[in-house]
Amino acid sequence: MNPKRDHYPEGEALHYSLNRRYRRASIWQTLFFSALVIAILSLAALLYNVIDGAFGYVAFEYKNDPSEFSAKPLDDLSKQELLDILKANLSSGAFTKLENEKPMDTRSKSVLYTLLLERLIQIDTKQTWSMTDSIFRSAKIKAEVAEKYPEAKLEFRSWLTPVFLTTPMSSKAEFAGVRTAILGSLWMVGIAILFALPIGTGAAIYLQEYASKNFLTRIIQTNINNLAGVPSIVYGMLGLAIFVRALEPFTSGSLFGVTDSNGRTILSAGLTMGTLVLPLIIINAQEAIKSVPDSLRQAAFGVGATRWQTVWHHVLPNALPGILTGSILAVSRAIGETAPLIVVGASTFISIDPDGPFSKFTALPIQIYQWTTRAQSEFHSIAAAAIIVLLILLLTLNATAILLRNRVQRKY
Amino acid sequence: MKQENTIMENQLFRPLDLKKKIRPGESVIQALLFIAGFLSIFITLAIVYELGKEAWLFFGNPDVTFAKFFGTTEWSPGIGKYGIWPLVTSTLITSTIAIFVSLPLGLAVALFLSEYASPKARSALKPILEILAGIPTVVYGYFALLFMTPLLQSIFGKQTVEVYNMASAGLVMGIMILPLISSMSEDALSAVPRALREGAYAMGATKFETSIQVVLPAALSGIGAALIIGISRAVGETMIVAIAAGSGPNFTFNPFKAAETMTGHIARISGGDLSYNSIDYTSLFAIALMLFLVTLILNLISQGIINKFRQRYE
Amino acid sequence: MENIQTPEIAIETKNLFIFYGSFAAVSEVNMKIEKQKVTAIIGPSGCGKSTLIRAFNRMNDFVPSSYVTGEILLQGQNLYGRDIDPVEVRRKIGMVFQKPNPFPKSIYENIAWGANINGFKGNMDELVEQSLRGAALWDEVKDKLKKSAYELSGGQQQRLCIARTIAIQPEIILMDEPASALDPISTLRIEELMQELKKNYTIIIVTHNMQQAARVSDYTAMMMLEKDGSRSGTVIEFSETKKIFTNPKDKRTEDYVTGRFG
Repeated sequence: MNPKRDHYPEGEALHYSLNRRYRRASIWQTLFFSALVIAILSLAALLYNVIDGAFGYVAFEYKNDPSEFSAKPLDDLSKQELLDILKANLSSGAFTKLENEKPMDTRSKSVLYTLLLERLIQIDTKQTWSMTDSIFRSAKIKAEVAEKYPEAKLEFRSWLTPVFLTTPMSSKAEFAGVRTAILGSLWMVGIAILFALPIGTGAAIYLQEYASKNFLTRIIQTNINNLAGVPSIVYGMLGLAIFVRALEPFTSGSLFGVTDSNGRTILSAGLTMGTLVLPLIIINAQEAIKSVPDSLRQAAFGVGATRWQTVWHHVLPNALPGILTGSILAVSRAIGETAPLIVVGASTFISIDPDGPFSKFTALPIQIYQWTTRAQSEFHSIAAAAIIVLLILLLTLNATAILLRNRVQRKY
Repeated sequence: MKQENTIMENQLFRPLDLKKKIRPGESVIQALLFIAGFLSIFITLAIVYELGKEAWLFFGNPDVTFAKFFGTTEWSPGIGKYGIWPLVTSTLITSTIAIFVSLPLGLAVALFLSEYASPKARSALKPILEILAGIPTVVYGYFALLFMTPLLQSIFGKQTVEVYNMASAGLVMGIMILPLISSMSEDALSAVPRALREGAYAMGATKFETSIQVVLPAALSGIGAALIIGISRAVGETMIVAIAAGSGPNFTFNPFKAAETMTGHIARISGGDLSYNSIDYTSLFAIALMLFLVTLILNLISQGIINKFRQRYE
Repeated sequence: MENIQTPEIAIETKNLFIFYGSFAAVSEVNMKIEKQKVTAIIGPSGCGKSTLIRAFNRMNDFVPSSYVTGEILLQGQNLYGRDIDPVEVRRKIGMVFQKPNPFPKSIYENIAWGANINGFKGNMDELVEQSLRGAALWDEVKDKLKKSAYELSGGQQQRLCIARTIAIQPEIILMDEPASALDPISTLRIEELMQELKKNYTIIIVTHNMQQAARVSDYTAMMMLEKDGSRSGTVIEFSETKKIFTNPKDKRTEDYVTGRFG
């Protein structure tokens, strides 16, 4: 063959055509990079949007004039004075009820102050503004408020406060907190993990250490991978049909003498969530077990250990950090899931702390959902505050998981 | 030395029994482990049985005919309207928007990370995507309703864009699915053997030509698997659509209008007071069964593709 | 090292060092490689043969932290000069790899692709046929050009890789152990092909098979790890193949080619 070189660009022509190729490439590369920028901007916008909602001006009016209750400015009142005012003005029934929930004189000054505002003076929120508006349109907002609500007070408020974390649900956004929701989430996740971790780890051990490569094993494996992709709301339906309805005597606690509830309990929610995260835990535990070197097993078998002894004394301890990492990821999935909880019947309004698996419950994402779907903007603000709580919780969990993972990686 | 010898001799004279021994503890443990492994099958069967049972009750209702189910466009089982289409079209519209956002963006991100970014940049950028993937969907719902919708309204006008609309739910769902598609595509791209890239470079190809014309086609099936999983995710996603897409079935193809999806409908109806054995109750299971079957088929296809893809390069 | 008098030099290295980070994988290589001849690089595993041959078309660029000092001159231009585009270098110096690596495309497209991206203007069908004939593959594949390249046997795939390389008409073809993954019959065909190819191209081949070097090459470079314990490879002897195998200058070369090495 005699190569005919004249068919290819040479010299100047080659430079020219290469430059054209490079130009096209750099345009595309810029496009690829912009996709990444869009992703990062979306994340930034989301976080900004949440923070923007959780802080800002709020205009509100007192329904009852504070001077009706006290001659002194409210901020200067002592704890005893607050208590006296409450005693004098609340109906005796309401006061006894509060006293029964928690003795009044054991409550802190700030709690009493909040009670005074909530029950007696009663706040009427007129309007709220986002953080950005509050900072950049401050003068305008003040003018607007002076004109529209001459009686109203304007205050820059952080909706995320320590009080927000420690007060239960309330029908007034100003006094609502996420205490009940956080406790509900913790109970629910605790039950889910107690249920899913042993079973998930057991299943992973079976699949990695015991199962022979046959048809049944392949089916189980495929099935687990598929379960991991089933929409969470379908798990909710499963939970509704089985845990809430079919197993009601068990999940409502009536088998154990609890009488005041139906199947829509923390136990049902926890078991539903446990079922949902089970495939996740199995897959992660399998990976962890897979990464234990075979030489370890052979060494154990070599000194006459049985299979279970090998697994229990050598494989599991070495796979444990990986299994824990997987469980933490499962926990963070469970904490953020909302849809299945709606279906199994999280309570829409509940202000009593859950006290056991047979309690009615609400959870953090449920609160966020309900507050987000309310029309009044002050509820959006507390939804944003609750989101910040949820995200910080998740961030902490994931950071723990990453630290654990890095420690494992260093070991091998 | 001498003593060691005697020990050795003693051992040699010990009677040897290599027959199988019954170890009850081991067998019990193995049985328990097997049950744990088998439980996953049981869960699937339970899903199919429970959804199927209630759905059977729904479809067994003499009022619910095939013609009504697929032939009419109004859904309100409580008052005898059984046309599934409004829920299906809104699910399709939100999912389509989501895929149109997440596939090109996710693929571009994957190409950038796997072909262009330095290892250092990659390890700095990937956690951002992981954070995006770890954000609960209810937070995305908040974002859709209180950021995306006002944004769309300011672009297209408040007359055009309703407060609850499919477009903003779909767009935000796209952002939610982006990390999934990008990480699966990146896995597929980086599974393409180095030899193939080297072959292309040795022909005088630029990096771009190599990535787009050799690596990308070689990873296409893996990217297809990512796309299918993405669709399955979008179809099954609940909270974003429940918050932002609107409540109430609405047969419309206008993405700026409110319309409830299959998942959104289940969430809203089951969140209210619902009595067992009512037609509303059983209808939810019928919808859930459809969801389950669709996502199951999509997941199976995707898994099949991945397995085949893996075999080719191993 | 003997200074070989050559009529025409295709490519030349001057005081070439190749580093991975601070580790010099190959040090001090000075070679003048003659046009339209087959030059073999032999030596024990791990002595830097592949690193050296991959330096000729800048394939080492893809290894992070690798860099080169010294020069590789092609027609008087240093391949590692500041203003040199590695893509143009690879356009002129093609490479065939150890394991056949056809693209997941049809046989036809495997050849047409490189021609297309490089701006080929002629008749594509003609080029594909010419290249396949040039790689002694035409008769076996002419009826299934649209079939996937993966349907070919390993030896056929390797010849396809040679065909796609000659389709872009390079000056030099590098072959990194091109037959090591093939059976003896396929190996023989590749070796025969090299004799054909050297009529038009300069060929540099890395091989660990000394018989192969003796059979196919005109010149042989013997590589060894340096004796100073630095684990750095270098060319200890470079001359006509005949000389290397019958009358080596270096004792280590003699030990290696006679099988007394190590």
